[in-house]
Amino acid sequence: MITIRVQDTDFDLGAELAALTAGRTDIGGIGCFVGTVRADPAPNPVTALMLEHYPGMTEAAMRAIAEQAAARWSLLGCTLVHRVGTLARGANIVLVLAAAAHRQAALDATGFLIDWLKTRAPFWKKERFADGGEAWVEARAADDAAASRWV
Amino acid sequence: MRILYFAWLRERVGTAEEEVALPAEIATVGQLRAWLAGRGPGHAAAFALPGVVRCAVDQEFAGPERSLAGVREVAFFPPVTGG
Repeated sequence: MITIRVQDTDFDLGAELAALTAGRTDIGGIGCFVGTVRADPAPNPVTALMLEHYPGMTEAAMRAIAEQAAARWSLLGCTLVHRVGTLARGANIVLVLAAAAHRQAALDATGFLIDWLKTRAPFWKKERFADGGEAWVEARAADDAAASRWV
Repeated sequence: MRILYFAWLRERVGTAEEEVALPAEIATVGQLRAWLAGRGPGHAAAFALPGVVRCAVDQEFAGPERSLAGVREVAFFPPVTGG
């Protein structure tokens, strides 16, 4: 079962986990990643993130990534939830859940899913700072390097 | 053809989307990008660094050689930064 959602509201980790595992007895492990809005220390910390996306393409790209993970690690279930809109510091941004028969597949699939979401799904972040300034987040070479380890 | 812009490309162009009638000689993504850059100062600023502008054709990532034949929607945007 693959669940893909893009939403402006928060997600409930417990509810997502319960939905993923409801009625299942074949799952042996679930990998989980939750991304949150980090506010690096002063002098001018981030106060909020604004998340923009490409409706339609985003969901298709997320589904393609999830289907690739499901096939590669024989996943028994997968949940990807990504928030958009204005998110305050500390807020949840993204949820990845990957369920498998054994832990290594669940953990590896979780790493793959977040690495590929960051580099292959059409989302863009803009930071708002304490002094009122704003700046688009630039893509990081480290994210591309993290994604390339799965190729 | 429908052209979409996201993130700082949208801000520089000044609109999220526009409908354009392409001259017959514009056949690829690369040619479209160069043609759009000539539409005004905002467009020129958006496409000033072609190496960092990414593209999707009918909602799939595409390179500059991608043909525009039969295409309905082309989007331009910076490298993605989700997750």
